[in-house]
Amino acid sequence: MAVRTVIPFGPQHPVLPEPVHLKLELEDERVVGVTPILGYVHRGIEKAAELNTFRQNTNLFDRVCGICSFIHCQTYCQGVEVLTGVEAPPRARFLRTFWGELSRVHSHLLWLGLLADCMGFESLFMQIWRAREIVLDISEMTTGHRVIQASSVVGGVRRDINKDMVKEVEKRLVALKEMLDNTMAPALLHDATIKRRAVGKGMLSKEQAELLGAVGPTARGSGVAIDVRQTGYAAYKEVGFEPVVETAGDSYARTVVRARETYQSIEIMRKALAMMPEGEVLVRVDGYPEGETVSRCEQPRGEVFYYLKGNGTNNLERVKVRTPTFANIPTYLVMLPGCEMADVPIITLSIDPCISCTER
Amino acid sequence: MPWMFPTIMKNLFSRPATRRYPFKDIREPFPGYRGKIYLDPNKCDLCGDCARVCPADAIEVSLENRQWKYDPFKCIYCGTCVEVCPPQALRQDKYYAKPAAVKATETISVPV
Repeated sequence: MAVRTVIPFGPQHPVLPEPVHLKLELEDERVVGVTPILGYVHRGIEKAAELNTFRQNTNLFDRVCGICSFIHCQTYCQGVEVLTGVEAPPRARFLRTFWGELSRVHSHLLWLGLLADCMGFESLFMQIWRAREIVLDISEMTTGHRVIQASSVVGGVRRDINKDMVKEVEKRLVALKEMLDNTMAPALLHDATIKRRAVGKGMLSKEQAELLGAVGPTARGSGVAIDVRQTGYAAYKEVGFEPVVETAGDSYARTVVRARETYQSIEIMRKALAMMPEGEVLVRVDGYPEGETVSRCEQPRGEVFYYLKGNGTNNLERVKVRTPTFANIPTYLVMLPGCEMADVPIITLSIDPCISCTER
Repeated sequence: MPWMFPTIMKNLFSRPATRRYPFKDIREPFPGYRGKIYLDPNKCDLCGDCARVCPADAIEVSLENRQWKYDPFKCIYCGTCVEVCPPQALRQDKYYAKPAAVKATETISVPV
């Protein structure tokens, strides 16, 4: 006779960087049901966005998420640019692509480190985060800050990257790639420990991923080739882009998608820097946002969606943000039941939950 | 695990990757790092543009008392005020404000 118990997982748990509460129903050691509970870090950012002026909001949306801060800001700026009828100059679009991919590498390396840490593979965790330091240095060098870049504004970007800096960045990207080749890639592809912990855990089939509306690496790990970068926003049309897809649908596939995307992002960054046209980076924005629009970007975790409504004044009437984690949380209901209690941390982490972002 | 050996040997004979902050080996911030804001009172004309654009309400400008008030603990170091300042009286340092026991506001009197 199996014993049924309810075990609270989170909101405080060593593998969770941010608070989400999972109410796990267990039969002996096997999970049979799960109820995700959110609402621990609500900060009222959407309301604050209505009270600030639309220009000040760029600094607010930089702070929606601490990891993908630039892409939030970029999505917001792209939306307001549609409402005010301006277009970012081509050089600014290429710089946005560069910084967007930089945040993606930063986020993916952070997550790959956390995955290693959650398996107890401390040395790999340290190695990956050591490589991430190069990314943070590039961010500090080009934007003036390690994490909160604050470089995107309505009408373009605030800082330009000169030729000397491009050379320095290229040098650091080569060093980063070499470091990842030596540490991260062989560990993820060949290490038996990681495979034993991740292969076949947290299965999500292609049909289920489509049905539950999964986005980002969670969907791409299940063979669904969706990526907003395919729509060619910023400079992705010029740079060219193919989504990274794995078909296995388990935690390992999602890990491999992120590892491959890290390499892909490094290539996109180098291409964007090489193809960047000369010219201005910021255009003057006259007038106030009017009308309503929708803006989408691909974040490290998937598609982020902004709804913006302006009424012709300095303040926006409504800003609605739907973050990728919010779309990915329902996949827990399929991935967790049937697994062992000991696999719950890895499966929970495999969608890369970003709760502060989700609750704003 | 043969792939680990080069990394292990390299790490064994190299310096630690971390820095002993705040004691020594602190890396200089890159040029252009966004740090604390400083005002040159001789250039300031108290127009108040910095206070208007500040997203964190960290700057207060009083024309009657001819004072410029700055709260480094409210400041988010975005540097927007430095960009908009018409007489270019503001300057951004590459070091951020040090931790302190008391959150003090800086007040600078602007000469006539």
